[in-house]
Amino acid sequence: MADLTTVFAGIKSPNPFWLASAPPTDKAYNVERAYEAGWGGVVWKTLGEDPAAVNVSSRYSAHYDGNGNVSGFNNIELITDRSLEVNLREIEAVKKSWPEQALIVSLMVPCEEHAWKTIVREVEKTGADGLELNFGCPHGMPERGMGAAVGQVPEYVEQVARWCKMYSTLPVIVKLTPNITDIRFAARAANAGGADAVSLINTINSITSIDLDQMAARPIVDGKSTHGGYCGPAVKPIALNMVAEIARDPETASLPISGIGGISNWRDAAEFISLGCGNVQVCTAAMIHGFRIVKEMKDGLSHWMDSKGYNTIADFQGAAVPNTTDWKYLNINYKVVAEIDQEKCIGCGRCFISCEDTSHQAIAITAQNNGTNKLEIIEEECVGCNLCEITCPVDDCITMVKRDVEKPYLNWTQDPRNPHREAS
Amino acid sequence: MTAASTLVDTDPSPSLDDLFSDIKPALSHRQAVIESARCYYCYDAPCVKACPSDIDIPSFIASIHHEDVNGAAETIYEQNIMGGSCARVCPTEILCEQACVRNKEEECAPVLIGLLQRHATDNAVFPDHPIGRASSTGKKVAVVGAGPAGLSCAHRLAVLGNEVDVFEAQSKAGGLNEYGIAKYKLTNQFAQKEVDFILGVGGITIHYNKALGKEIHLTDLTERYDSVFLGIGLQDTRELGLANESSIGVLNAVDFIKELRQANDIDQLDVPRTSAVVIGAGNTAIDIACQLKRLGTEEVTLVYRRGEADMSATDHEQHIAKEHQVRIKTWARPVEIRADANNHVSAVRFAKTRIDNGKLMDTGEFFEVACEAVYKAVGQSLAYPADETQLPDLGGGKISTMDNFKTTISKVFAGGDCTGVGQDLTVEAVQQGKLAAMAIHNYLTGSEGN
Repeated sequence: MADLTTVFAGIKSPNPFWLASAPPTDKAYNVERAYEAGWGGVVWKTLGEDPAAVNVSSRYSAHYDGNGNVSGFNNIELITDRSLEVNLREIEAVKKSWPEQALIVSLMVPCEEHAWKTIVREVEKTGADGLELNFGCPHGMPERGMGAAVGQVPEYVEQVARWCKMYSTLPVIVKLTPNITDIRFAARAANAGGADAVSLINTINSITSIDLDQMAARPIVDGKSTHGGYCGPAVKPIALNMVAEIARDPETASLPISGIGGISNWRDAAEFISLGCGNVQVCTAAMIHGFRIVKEMKDGLSHWMDSKGYNTIADFQGAAVPNTTDWKYLNINYKVVAEIDQEKCIGCGRCFISCEDTSHQAIAITAQNNGTNKLEIIEEECVGCNLCEITCPVDDCITMVKRDVEKPYLNWTQDPRNPHREAS
Repeated sequence: MTAASTLVDTDPSPSLDDLFSDIKPALSHRQAVIESARCYYCYDAPCVKACPSDIDIPSFIASIHHEDVNGAAETIYEQNIMGGSCARVCPTEILCEQACVRNKEEECAPVLIGLLQRHATDNAVFPDHPIGRASSTGKKVAVVGAGPAGLSCAHRLAVLGNEVDVFEAQSKAGGLNEYGIAKYKLTNQFAQKEVDFILGVGGITIHYNKALGKEIHLTDLTERYDSVFLGIGLQDTRELGLANESSIGVLNAVDFIKELRQANDIDQLDVPRTSAVVIGAGNTAIDIACQLKRLGTEEVTLVYRRGEADMSATDHEQHIAKEHQVRIKTWARPVEIRADANNHVSAVRFAKTRIDNGKLMDTGEFFEVACEAVYKAVGQSLAYPADETQLPDLGGGKISTMDNFKTTISKVFAGGDCTGVGQDLTVEAVQQGKLAAMAIHNYLTGSEGN
């Protein structure tokens, strides 16, 4: 049986599944239910200075897939709306009751040394395992100079990280905002400030939909709305890329990463870990299904690790990083073509019309006597784009098959067709 | 009856509507959204090729999925103005749903096209008739018969700008939808609501109780109108040709179904209490057998001279019969109807059959089924009125039509069950009515292609 225990930035936890700082980790009641369900750690919902934030009514909205499932989730909730004192007291009590589980406290106070010094010292007294600096919240708080307003300025990120390391002995995780053009600058700043780790991504500025009757974006607050923070399965590709950018960057390659962004099952978690993450944080999936999902996540990850012969998380952590490269290093001489398994083909014609209208006219359609159609690849025209494989509704019916072109590895920097190629 | 007794349902005789609730209930909004998401939006879709009325099925399902139910209904009505009744009575299991590519997947479950079509047509709300009329051609066409073929033809003619007079022998329009389809397939007066919807296009007048050969004559019509369409259906039922066939209790299934469809109260019907025999193997045989079970007949035995695989009723229909606990007895043919002293049927004697060298033979064994009533459902045929002088030529017992639905009489076109085209499905009659209307319109406006 695979060993799921992790030590992330010096913080031990029984498994790599943490709940992200968000509504599910707002108070002791929820956090204890999460631990009971089996979560390895919890990042307590962001604390701030008193007086506590005030929230509006109507806070969430969603983007749905064709089957009505939530693919993206949007919120306009602020940081904790309970007093600092109540939160600190609960954190202390919960940590005492659950010594084996990780408890990290998320923080957001104005960009002033005194404010950070005060709050990190308060938190340290609770016995919590670590700090997460919320430089990511994209809605509401930036209007007050906090959250993403800090995360978007690398100098601020570095400065605050340094203050926290200076006034606290706890591990410091900097949570990064994706609302930025190049995530590496913020990660480098956190690293330079002495942060023990980064976590990403926080939510993305979003409007999920418009109510066409009220002519207002959702969620609607008395006829008006504002942009929120987007998360859930739809943001996973963006998060994976940003994680990979940091993992590949020589300056931050050894900086621990806590992966966040649409993680809904064991496979998502394994993907983030393979791109270098030391653990993962989950929110939307738990908000849709409840804390119980961690059982299938742990079971699935463990069974998959067993099947691959991985004994620990570290055994495959970062395994996909070396295979994530720049376009210019891809092998120009590699060739795949589509192949249709005629036994599996149901004749829906989706591959044909997508290739015919929008790609390379590499599929032939032939009407059959029984009213169905036969689809066949025209290999000379196929560029191996994967579009037909993507549009095919049948598992493993269209596969991309490697063709041996008997040419050696050649990338764009070496290709004679590249006028700017490097001299060989 | 005291007020207190109404608190408990002690009514021993349920209403006809209770007995004949919808056999395939409508989808809820949520079910329709989920089901429509299952459609793969096939290109050159096999379901469309399998639809006798050429409905663009992937398009209307996509419209449902995108919550444009009016758009979905318009797509259906463009090709099939009786999309509402076809959604209920079409044997989709041998048409669109049989062709659905999702049958070939591991789950082997087609998209429920019929129910989605019903969802669209039931829920669309149009401020005006969804299909507008072209400017007037000044032409007048007579349509004989207000069944699916005649109504479809009249509608398309009106859409194309012609004026249409429809002559109907019965007191209601709808044809078999009103008088012949099993009661549990078209509930809540759907046939009449659909007729009203079709007439909403304008330009169509229905004249009731006007039968060919009695109140109207083809020679008059061809004189008074620019063209005539015959959609007269099949009026006669085939006989078994046995002794005692006229004894009391031996009935034509279609006559009983018609009575049942028009009845308001169960007491108006003469329902056999203990036992009935149904002879035949088509959908009408299944319909009558199931309806008798619902009406309370204890034992209903359906007898067919060949095997289950040869029955013209689809597997789905046979399954419905079995669900109604109808006893299906194959490989037996009736040889004698037995009547009692009061000339009331008492039993049917059957000879067992088998196939020998491809020919149906008696095995030499016999058996008898005692019964209170016999319902004959061995097919219907065309019967021209005796005193009508000039009528189109027949071929194979039905009206001969050439390309473009022309009969042997100039200006006279025909379509639906009365012609020899197709398998006499409602949806085919609708399609033939539509195509005949287009042929008539081309003929009248001189745009007929040669």
